[in-house]
Amino acid sequence: MPSTPLVEISGLSKWYEDFSALHDISLTVAEGEKVVICGPSGSGKSTLIRCINQLEEHQQGTIRVAGQEVRPGMKGIEAIRREVGMVFQGFNLFPHMTVLDNLTLGPIRNRGMDRAAARKLAMEYLDKVRIAEQADKYPPQLSGGQQQRVAIARALCMQPRVMLFDEPTSALDPEMIAGVLDVMEGLARDGMTMIVVTHEMGFARRVADRVVFMDEGEIVEIAPPEQFFNAPRTERAKLFLGQLLAH
Amino acid sequence: MALFGLVAVAVAFVAWRVNSVLVYDWDWSRVLGFVARFDAETGAWVSNLLLQGLFTTIRLAFWGTILAAIIGLIVGYWRTCDTLALRIISRTYVELIRNIPPLVFIFIFYFFISSQLFPALGLDSIDRDSPWVDNALFRMAFGEPALFTNFLSGLICLALFEAAYITEIVRAGIQSIDRGQWEAGRAIGLSRFNLLRDIIFPQAIRKILPPLAGQFITLIKDSAIISLISVQELTFLASEVAATTSRVFETWILVAAMYFALCYLFAHVFARLERRASRSRR
Repeated sequence: MPSTPLVEISGLSKWYEDFSALHDISLTVAEGEKVVICGPSGSGKSTLIRCINQLEEHQQGTIRVAGQEVRPGMKGIEAIRREVGMVFQGFNLFPHMTVLDNLTLGPIRNRGMDRAAARKLAMEYLDKVRIAEQADKYPPQLSGGQQQRVAIARALCMQPRVMLFDEPTSALDPEMIAGVLDVMEGLARDGMTMIVVTHEMGFARRVADRVVFMDEGEIVEIAPPEQFFNAPRTERAKLFLGQLLAH
Repeated sequence: MALFGLVAVAVAFVAWRVNSVLVYDWDWSRVLGFVARFDAETGAWVSNLLLQGLFTTIRLAFWGTILAAIIGLIVGYWRTCDTLALRIISRTYVELIRNIPPLVFIFIFYFFISSQLFPALGLDSIDRDSPWVDNALFRMAFGEPALFTNFLSGLICLALFEAAYITEIVRAGIQSIDRGQWEAGRAIGLSRFNLLRDIIFPQAIRKILPPLAGQFITLIKDSAIISLISVQELTFLASEVAATTSRVFETWILVAAMYFALCYLFAHVFARLERRASRSRR
């Protein structure tokens, strides 16, 4: 496995007023590695990955992306964000633009790509997420699963070095989930570095190199998926997995 | 239908009262003469006071809408931005104007503009005979060069006043946009300016078109107020015509019809814009 660290988080803490959202998080993700983050709701999973591209600001600790430190309120954060693609639970496509324009906006504005090249690139990625025929539609005309695949393609269009997924299937109808997971697994096979917050344990087993279990703003356990699911070391992980299996 | 019937009865009643109580002789000819008159020297019809006033009001409506929209867009954004100073400035502006009667604001502000701002900008000593000012295009856009500073001060008063209300509409529009849209824009590395231009404003403006249209129509109607600082728009000239001809009812009924036509046309244009915006969104 390649071992150049792409995302390095150390001693990361974040709090709102007197509520501690993240406490002393350290995690290094190597180039090409797939990490799944799981844990009960409110455990800080989303907050953690949203700190990586500074959608949330942290108060303590350091985050490095491709060797460059990410600081709250920093100038030039756009340059880091182009290396970090993000897929949201609620898709967050731009409803007033066609699917194609959703994809080309980032490359044109951030990478300074010309329109024709951006369109070509966008069509390649739409093809990859198997939705090229919807290029001229508007997002509200698509199903949830299709929208999420467009959102993945939009993030890929920035040609990022790492992809963050924030519960990408949680807002989807059950029959839509498989299509989105397929796309993500394809991406994993292509060697993309991925940090995925999800409750899809099947996906975690198939794809993850490591599973990170979080609870109450802390990393409780990090283990390969086989070990984590079959023989969790901590009580809290056992409890969590028990609850997952219960329904 | 019942409503129209009621209005018809009311109009008939008023007309009857005017006729019987005031013993009023309706005479439209003199008033209509102030709309347009036949110039014997050139042998052509030329616009007279009322039509000139209407044109000035249209100019005020046109430039006022643009100016108020620009100010409202910028200050409306300030109302929502992270910079505390801008939030304080914009809030102060809105509260100040919304809590003073327009007339009072205009009397105070007119003094400030005409005696402080224009001299500072050198606008009061503008050369009225220079080819830049004394040409057909300038006349069409701003009216008589001799009245330009007067027109401009009225325009600025009006725009500043209406912009305070547009500011609040814009703020509400921006705040109605889902947080996820900001986050998605930031996540693909858009700068703040691009984020606002490409994502937030286009969506916000579609949402606020109806209240915005209402405010622009209010702007046209409120433009009558600046007749009190002697801007020669429709209401100002109409009161002169009414005084000279002493045809009070005819003059004001005609002027009311002019305002109605103007506002109705404007509302129509906006309704079409709205339909187009909602079509493109699907």
